[in-house]
Amino acid sequence: MKDDKTVFGFWIFLMSDAIIFGALFATYAILHGNTFGGPGGKVLFDMPFAFAETIILLASTFTVGLAVMAVNSAKVKKALAWFAVTFVLGATFVTLEIGEFSRFIASGNGPQRSGFLSSYFALVGMHGLHVTLGLLWMVFIMIQVSRRGINKFNLSNLNSLGLFWHFLDIIWIFIFTIVYLMGAIGI
Amino acid sequence: MRKETKETYSYIIGLVLALAATVLAYALVTRHVFSGEALVVAVVGLAVFQFVAQAVFFLGLGNRNRSGTWNLVVFIFMISVIVIIVGGSLWIMSNLNYLMAPSQVNGYINNQMNMF
Repeated sequence: MKDDKTVFGFWIFLMSDAIIFGALFATYAILHGNTFGGPGGKVLFDMPFAFAETIILLASTFTVGLAVMAVNSAKVKKALAWFAVTFVLGATFVTLEIGEFSRFIASGNGPQRSGFLSSYFALVGMHGLHVTLGLLWMVFIMIQVSRRGINKFNLSNLNSLGLFWHFLDIIWIFIFTIVYLMGAIGI
Repeated sequence: MRKETKETYSYIIGLVLALAATVLAYALVTRHVFSGEALVVAVVGLAVFQFVAQAVFFLGLGNRNRSGTWNLVVFIFMISVIVIIVGGSLWIMSNLNYLMAPSQVNGYINNQMNMF
């Protein structure tokens, strides 16, 4: 997709979306020590669990790349198959994340517990919301492609979805590092 | 080489680099290979490495065509805005913490109370 203005417009949206995440990361960096007598990241975070989430999301960003590549060489069946794999991986990721959130809330460590947990839920929840919206978008576009094939109307849409998904995994690198790994180190 | 084969290779290279960086960072932290400042520097370094690898091999940043150049321009602008927001917030809040250390906080509150 060379010189596609729609995809470039979407790219500008992604870059401004990154600034929202930047603000949430700054909030987390400032508040992560304010546990108000509650548990910190070192006690709360389940590292093998966070690692599994990371690997699943990384696998999905790879498969969405293969899907978009199939789209751009007009291979409808191949594209749909890779999008389906991406959807399953993404849905698994969201399910794991919702499980983690509900475990925290059930043990009395919801977002209202401390400044640390408020910023944690805001940052990680915002990312989860993005992944969920990406999954919805993927469902709609898969239905459209399976019924009407790939045409000039949905081509830039498909490429934008691919960029969106890659972008979400890049945000996750920093969540995994700054929230989970630094939490486990105890900083 | 066909365009598609080349793109597939690019994705596989990106995946291998990202996977290696993730596993290495996770192992360094959970196996306590080393600790303190060195560990933090290593983990942050691996994150930045993975960030660049994914931006180049997945997002196709640095592609030498017209839209690629413009993508890069917007990307660099985004990075500078984030550096200002995050760096500025951390700077100002650490200053605030320092200037409003407990004794001064109490003094401040007493001052406010006396005003009424």
